[in-house]
Amino acid sequence: MRMHTGTFHENYAQEMAILSSRGQWGAVAALLVLLFVCPLFLSDHILTILTTIGIAVVSVHGLNILTGYCGQISIGHSGFMAVGGYTSAILCAKLGWPFWVALPCGALAAGIAGLLFGLPSLKIKGFYLIMATIAAQFIIIWIIIQLRSLTGGTDGLLVPKPTIAGIGLSSKTNYYYLVMVFAVLATITAHNIVRTRAGRAFIAIRDNELAAEVMGVSLWSYKLQAFFIGCIYAGAAGSLLVHYVRFASIEQFPFWDSVWYLGMLIVGGMGSTAGAIFGVVALKLLDELVTVAGPILAAAVAPQAAASLALISHGLIIIIFLIFEPRGLHHRWEMIRTYFRLWPFSHQEIE
Amino acid sequence: MTFFLQLVVTGFAQGMVYALIAIGFVIILKCSDVFNIAQGHFVLIGGYLGWTFLVPFGLPIWAALLAAIAVAIIMGLLIERLMLRPLVGQPVLAIVMMTIALSTVLGGLATLLWGAEYKAYHGLLPTITMKIGEISIPSESLIGLIVSITCVALLMILFRYTKIGLAMRATAEDLQVVQSVGIKATTVYAASWIIASVVGVIGGILLGGVSGANMDLALIGLKAFAVVLLGGVNSIGGAIVAGIILGMLENVAAGYLDPLLPGGGLAQVFPFFVMIIVLVFRPHGLFGLAHIERV
Repeated sequence: MRMHTGTFHENYAQEMAILSSRGQWGAVAALLVLLFVCPLFLSDHILTILTTIGIAVVSVHGLNILTGYCGQISIGHSGFMAVGGYTSAILCAKLGWPFWVALPCGALAAGIAGLLFGLPSLKIKGFYLIMATIAAQFIIIWIIIQLRSLTGGTDGLLVPKPTIAGIGLSSKTNYYYLVMVFAVLATITAHNIVRTRAGRAFIAIRDNELAAEVMGVSLWSYKLQAFFIGCIYAGAAGSLLVHYVRFASIEQFPFWDSVWYLGMLIVGGMGSTAGAIFGVVALKLLDELVTVAGPILAAAVAPQAAASLALISHGLIIIIFLIFEPRGLHHRWEMIRTYFRLWPFSHQEIE
Repeated sequence: MTFFLQLVVTGFAQGMVYALIAIGFVIILKCSDVFNIAQGHFVLIGGYLGWTFLVPFGLPIWAALLAAIAVAIIMGLLIERLMLRPLVGQPVLAIVMMTIALSTVLGGLATLLWGAEYKAYHGLLPTITMKIGEISIPSESLIGLIVSITCVALLMILFRYTKIGLAMRATAEDLQVVQSVGIKATTVYAASWIIASVVGVIGGILLGGVSGANMDLALIGLKAFAVVLLGGVNSIGGAIVAGIILGMLENVAAGYLDPLLPGGGLAQVFPFFVMIIVLVFRPHGLFGLAHIERV
């Protein structure tokens, strides 16, 4: 953690604080205020984009804890979102539970599913774990199709309008606020989880399993904890997504989403809370660019150019980041900050 | 009984296809420790290349095959040099994400060049049909079998009697030793990618000749991973045996259980159930080398 010039830590609490200077407090406050006033002057279309970004941020924070901090690679995150989404959809639509109860239940259900599919991680790692989580994705979707009476199978499931304390959340603006509250909460909790004992254990497991176990970190317990926590985030995000669309279908949780969530982590920078947000925003903006540029390209070149543009651009951006900036946008951001911290002087004066 | 045997034979056909894809995967993995998720997309490209050279270009079969192999060699070389070389020494996730990204780029190229359309070229390839009693053996299975056996025989010769083949086996054994005796590891990596892409493209042409080329060819690649895991990730023979086992199991299970399940589609997820079971109980597969690490 680089310190700002003129900021001195005099006790342990200051040393541990996330925001150490007035400038940082100001920047965060300004960002929050901006987030909460922007529905006043933004169009519905942009609000929709921001809402999907918010939902993805919640989900990717979970994946970041699981993959970025604990090193357990999962390409089944979208499947765990489906568990959360469908659980809360069923609770709302079939049992008539209120939204604010159904969402935590959905998150919990996804966490339990994560525990179940996290079990192989105790024996296997690396590529084998990737395969196990890919299998989890397909098995979860298959089970959802099989439970036709409960989930509506391939037809999907209509979800009633969500309300909290009598306030309807069906309007775009209200739902935007809800998602943003969740995104901010997810960011704060994710950033703090990795500073706890469990978080340090996750990092130890990621960096060297053998050494971690020798030092007394229980691999069994902490790997499953990482799966549980990561999938709780996924479940909450899935639930938010389902209630936003007010329809649950398996098409909302495709396999490729799981891949792109990992892609977002790579673009943003693994093992960093800010990186997760950078990655989501970057890839979602790329999505938007593709939807805008697609029709133009399709008219100019060939009809299939739009479809291939989406595939190629996503693949290329991940390839470019892997080769040229494997530490992601977060690292670039840190470099820019370091440069401007002393700008325009290139050397720091010692007082 | 006829129903059961028919299922087994169809499963055999499917299994040979899986095995063919799995071979390419195993070669890359053995030589360079790279898990190539894009192997199924080599098959996809192969299917479309077969159509391109046979239908619009109107080449004879042998020329089309040679042309497609030439394209595959260039493709393999480019992929290794541009995408995988910079990632030597990077963690597993970076490499896997790279091959996933490669698969989307290849899928995107296929969409761009061939419009993601169904391209049929039935009757251009020789078809073989056989009947044993009441059971007809589909042409796919025979062709798959012949091609797999030919590929494996050629690879055996390559690995046993040629310099590059021996270098590849040595690299699979110990990279440091290989480098210390002056073998260029990068050449070996390039060779493994070339072989994998050629095998994939040949498989794609033959599959395309039977069932036509479309984007679904790539999906077979995902299922072939179950084969690879069942057979053991570093065993070529294991890939073939596991391919046949899995293809048969999948068809028999789907044939008997699908009528009982409301949603059906068991054949689609069956390989993934196998994958999870193998990973939990026998992570090194049937014929793979156990990687022992104790804490």
